[in-house]
Amino acid sequence: MKTTDKDHAALAHEFNKDAQRVDWHDETLWWVRQKRDNAVKKIPEWEELREAGSQIKNNVLANLSGYLEQFEANAQANGVHVHWAIDAKEHNEIVLELLRSNGIKKIVKSKSMLTEECNLNEYLNLNGVDVIDSDLGEFIVQLANEHPSHIVLPCIHKKKEEIGELFHQHLGTPAGNADPVFLTETARRHLRETFLTGRAALTGVNFAVAETGEFVVCTNEGNADMGAHLADIHIASMGIEKIIPERKHLGVFLRLLARSATGQPVTTYSSHFKTPRPGASTHIIIVDNGRSKQLGREDFRNSLKCIRCGACMNTCPVYRRSGGHSYNNAIAGPIGSILAPNLDMKKHADLPFASTLCGSCTNVCPVKIDIHDQLYKWRQVIVKSGHAPLAKKASMGAMTRVLSSPVSYKVAGKLGRLVMKWAPFAVNNQFNLWCKQRELPLAPENSFGEWYRKNRNNKPKDI
Amino acid sequence: MSSRNKILTAVAENQPSGALLPEFEFSDAECIYSSETFINVLTGIGGTVIPVESMEEIQNYILQNFGRGSRTVTNIPALENVAELMRRTSISPHALSDVGYAIIDTRLAVAENGAVWVTEKSLSDRVLPFICQHLAVVLNAGDIVPNMHAAYEVIDADDYCYGTFIAGPSKTADIEQSLVLGAHGPKSMTVFLMM
Repeated sequence: MKTTDKDHAALAHEFNKDAQRVDWHDETLWWVRQKRDNAVKKIPEWEELREAGSQIKNNVLANLSGYLEQFEANAQANGVHVHWAIDAKEHNEIVLELLRSNGIKKIVKSKSMLTEECNLNEYLNLNGVDVIDSDLGEFIVQLANEHPSHIVLPCIHKKKEEIGELFHQHLGTPAGNADPVFLTETARRHLRETFLTGRAALTGVNFAVAETGEFVVCTNEGNADMGAHLADIHIASMGIEKIIPERKHLGVFLRLLARSATGQPVTTYSSHFKTPRPGASTHIIIVDNGRSKQLGREDFRNSLKCIRCGACMNTCPVYRRSGGHSYNNAIAGPIGSILAPNLDMKKHADLPFASTLCGSCTNVCPVKIDIHDQLYKWRQVIVKSGHAPLAKKASMGAMTRVLSSPVSYKVAGKLGRLVMKWAPFAVNNQFNLWCKQRELPLAPENSFGEWYRKNRNNKPKDI
Repeated sequence: MSSRNKILTAVAENQPSGALLPEFEFSDAECIYSSETFINVLTGIGGTVIPVESMEEIQNYILQNFGRGSRTVTNIPALENVAELMRRTSISPHALSDVGYAIIDTRLAVAENGAVWVTEKSLSDRVLPFICQHLAVVLNAGDIVPNMHAAYEVIDADDYCYGTFIAGPSKTADIEQSLVLGAHGPKSMTVFLMM
C-alpha cells in the first residue's frame, strides 16, 4: 500500500500543519501508552511473560515449516479448507474465486491488517465485489476513502466532528451531531443489517495453533463473530508467522496482547475457531508475501515475532507527532518501519529514518523484538544499497570528511561557533531541517578542547 | 511447484536453527486471585456481577430486571419458566436477530481478566452470545480459576468445535477514544455468580 510518492518527512510536515491536532494525537496515544503501563504493573510476572512470549516465538521461527505443515494437517482434519498464497496477488485471487464460485458479490470483513497489506478491498471492488469493513474504526476510514492510520485504532487521526460529518453524508445522520454514543449506535444498526444479509465473512487471524489446527480471532466489538457465525463462508487470512505451537501458549499471548495494546486485561472476545459451523464452510488462506524472505535475513527476522498490539506506535515520539498516514504503509510506526523495507527497500527507504532510535518501542514490545536496533541496521543496509535520499548522502559525506581529520574538525567547530554567535540566521533558517519548529541552542564560547587546555593546570593534581 | 511447496521450501531454507520451547509456569503462588478479583475486574470493564445463592434468585432477578416484551432466551432448563428454552436444533442463526436477552451458562471463568469461557456445546448457536442485545451468564464461584494458564489446563481436558472467552459487553473506543458499550455485540453483560 503506497498511495503517494511523498516521503515520511513530507507527509509528517503536512500532518504538522494543524498543531492542535498534532497535540491531541500525541496526548491521546500517550494516554493509551499509560493505560498499558497501568495494566502491566498489575502483573508481577510481566517480564517473565514477555520472555516466555519471546522464546515461544523464537521457537516458531526456528521450526516454522514443520509447524505450518502440522497446522495444515490438523485444520484439514477439522474440516477446514487450507489455501496457500505466495503473494498478495494470489491471496486476492483466492478470495475472489471463493466468492465467485459461490455466486457472492458482497463480503463483510473484520479487522485484518494482512488484507490491507494485500490491497484486497481495491482488488475486490475492481472485480465487482462490495467490501464492508465492520470494525467501527475501519468502517469510518472506509467511508472517508482512506486507510487505517493505526493497526489497533484505525481512525485515531480523525476528530469526532469529521466522523459526524461522514455519517451525515453517508448514513443520513443529522448534521453537526458528533456524539460518539449516537454515532456508534448508528453504525451498529447499519452494520447489523449487513451481518444479517451477508453470505461471506472475512476475518484476520491473531494466532493459529499448530497442535490443534484451530485459530483465534480477538476483537472488542464482536464484529468478527457476528460476521463469521452468520455467513455461509468464513474466510480467515493469516500470514505464515501467526503460528504458535501449542494451545497452552495462547495463555501467554492472550495475557500479553490486550494489555500491551490498550491496557485492557483481555479483549472482550477471544474466539477459538476449530471446526466449521454445521452447514457452513471455513477457508484459511496462509500468506507468505515476503515473510519467508524476511525469515532469511538474520538481522531482521525477529520482526516476524510481532503480535500486532501497536504498543510501539503508541509510545513512539515520531509516530505520535507524525500520524500513521505519514508512513505510507499498511502498518505504520516502528514495527511498520522494519517490516516495510523487506517488501520493497527502495520504496520504503525513508521509514527506518523516521525514528529517534530512543528505544522506547523495544522496551514496550511484548515479544521483545529489538525494534530500534533493527531500524538502525536497516539504515546501514539502505545507505549501502544506495537508496538513501541525496541530501542525506551529501551531508553524511561531508560529516565523514570533517570527522576523519582532527584539523578540519577543530576548524569546523570554531567556524560553527562564530557563525552561530554572529550570524545565527545563516544556520537557523528554512533550509535547515533541524530548525523546523525548534531553535538552535546558544553556542558555547569555546570548545571542550579549548576549555580543558585552559583549565587543566589550575586544578590540584590529586583529584 | 505449487505455492504451498514453494512457501514451505523457502521457509525451511531460511528458518534459523535451535530455539527450544521454553518451560514456564505462572502458577498463582500467593493465591491473590479469587472471586473477589473476578468481580472487581469484570466490573471494571463494564460488566455487572450479581451474587446469588439459588436459581430462584436468578429467576426473580430476570423477572424484575430484564425488559418485558423483548425476547428472552436461555439454554438452561432450570430457567425455562422465565425464558424461552433453546434446544440444539438446526435453526437458522438469523432467527436469533430479535433476541433481547440471552442467558447462558459457563463452567469456567478467569479472575485476572474477568473472562468467561463459552463453547458451542452450551449454546444453541454460536452467534447467540453476540447477536443478543444483552447477555447474562450463570457461573459457579468454584469454577473461577486465577489466570489464563490455569484456564487452558481446564480447557484442554474437554475438546470443543468453537469456544470463546467473553469479557464484558462489546465495546469500542474508535471515536476519539471515547468508550462506548455496545459495538456489534451485547450492550451489557451480567454474570450471576452462584456462591
